[in-house]
Amino acid sequence: MEQMAEHTVRSYAEELRRLREMIARMGGLAERQVADAVASLVRRDTDLATEVVGRDAAIDALEREVENFCIRILALRQPVGQDLRLVIACLKISHGLERIGDYARNAAKRSIVLAQQPAIGSLNGFNRMAVLVQENLKGAIDALVNDDAARADEVWAADEPVDQVYNGIFREMLTFMMEDPRNITSATHLLFIAKNLERIGDHATNIAETVHYAVSGENLPDDRPKGDGSAYAVIRPPV
Amino acid sequence: MSDSAMDNRTATTRPGLGTMQARSGAALNEAKLAIRDLSFYYGANKALKNIHLDIPARQVTGMIGPSGCGKSTLLRVLNRMYSLYPGQRAEGEVLLDGENIIADTIDLNELRSKVGMVFQKPTPFPMTIYENIAFGVRLHEQLSKSAMDERVEWALTRAALWTEAKDRLNSSAMGMSGGQQQRLCIARTIAVRPEVILFDEPTSALDPISTLKIEELIDELKRDFTIAIVTHNMQQAARCADQVAFFYLGELIEVAPAGQLFTAPKHPKTQEYITGRFG
Repeated sequence: MEQMAEHTVRSYAEELRRLREMIARMGGLAERQVADAVASLVRRDTDLATEVVGRDAAIDALEREVENFCIRILALRQPVGQDLRLVIACLKISHGLERIGDYARNAAKRSIVLAQQPAIGSLNGFNRMAVLVQENLKGAIDALVNDDAARADEVWAADEPVDQVYNGIFREMLTFMMEDPRNITSATHLLFIAKNLERIGDHATNIAETVHYAVSGENLPDDRPKGDGSAYAVIRPPV
Repeated sequence: MSDSAMDNRTATTRPGLGTMQARSGAALNEAKLAIRDLSFYYGANKALKNIHLDIPARQVTGMIGPSGCGKSTLLRVLNRMYSLYPGQRAEGEVLLDGENIIADTIDLNELRSKVGMVFQKPTPFPMTIYENIAFGVRLHEQLSKSAMDERVEWALTRAALWTEAKDRLNSSAMGMSGGQQQRLCIARTIAVRPEVILFDEPTSALDPISTLKIEELIDELKRDFTIAIVTHNMQQAARCADQVAFFYLGELIEVAPAGQLFTAPKHPKTQEYITGRFG
């Protein structure tokens, strides 16, 4: 990406820089929420889970702050071209990050319940999903901060492994439930957590798409590589 | 916001942020004026460099660019204004409905009745409001008194000035406000029933309300006339134009539907100019 000249009006450039910083801060918070939610699950750490639930309000507050700031820039600066695309992208991304925060919070709540139940299975898949979606989230936000469309494209195309791990967990949990009905409570909560992580991955992909448009002015194609086949899964009980 | 895990609002595919259409959403019309490999010289100075541009019929083409980029020069070519000045010459073709208006054989009076121009500062003649309009019409047509009355009313109505002017047609035009004077100049231009109207910074001397009235008028006029407008005010181009052309140092850098040029311009120079990074 060719480096753009500075704005003639410095206070305007300063506002756009501040907007990027707000999104970077929000992205960092969301990443940490995802990491801690999964850590609290794997370590059965209810204190950490409670902390995650409490910290969601900060992301919600940042979303409102970004929204107000964007409206202000739209009204007072009437941005066009790349500046307009950046402001609109930040509006959308802040909304996506807020949703990601909600999913992390929900996962943390469920891990509090799970900590009271007997453990089932290995939670390696959850760790793996958390690492993957965090990488994608970080990549998408970095792409915005650095005006890097190529980085956004990488994230956009990298959601498939997340879906694959999710499919694996889905099948595993169905199997646990069939083995012993006493597993159903835990397995259901774990399924929801896995689904939350999968949705977080989709939001990261959407953010990457938005960044791609903001940076390049062009839309990505409609057909993104997808690997979530759980909607079609059927597992037969043992006869 | 709810933290329901079953929330499925995230679409995995969705339409993009940019609309790539002309302002009505429709495609651009066929060209009324086709500019082909046009170069223009002030003496030895080449002010326009090999311009190719279509001006679509019954739509508004906005021309933007920093001072000295050639946009006003191009406007002056389109009605051969430059022919008044020795040492100025154009090369290439400007086809008005297929006829090259740069050619020496063109009847300039006839051309200027087809291609009217409105200037930056309102330039009413020191005559009555009625005479300001009738004056130009008489150069091209012999009309009876009643036909002329009708023409004056028609032009003033189309220029959104009739209700304000109908009771003072015989007063001097010099007593009107700036915005009214500019609308009078527009009425004078359309009174000879041109096909193309050129606007050169038509609102730079007007207050914001008068400016909006002129912009509304332009929007109204494009149903019947092909319009080209040169403006320093990019927001004005964004508000009025179907198609926007960006000029820089005598070259046409980029031309695109307004919705595209102001959201996702292709050329880095356009990008820098419209976002206020130079110029």
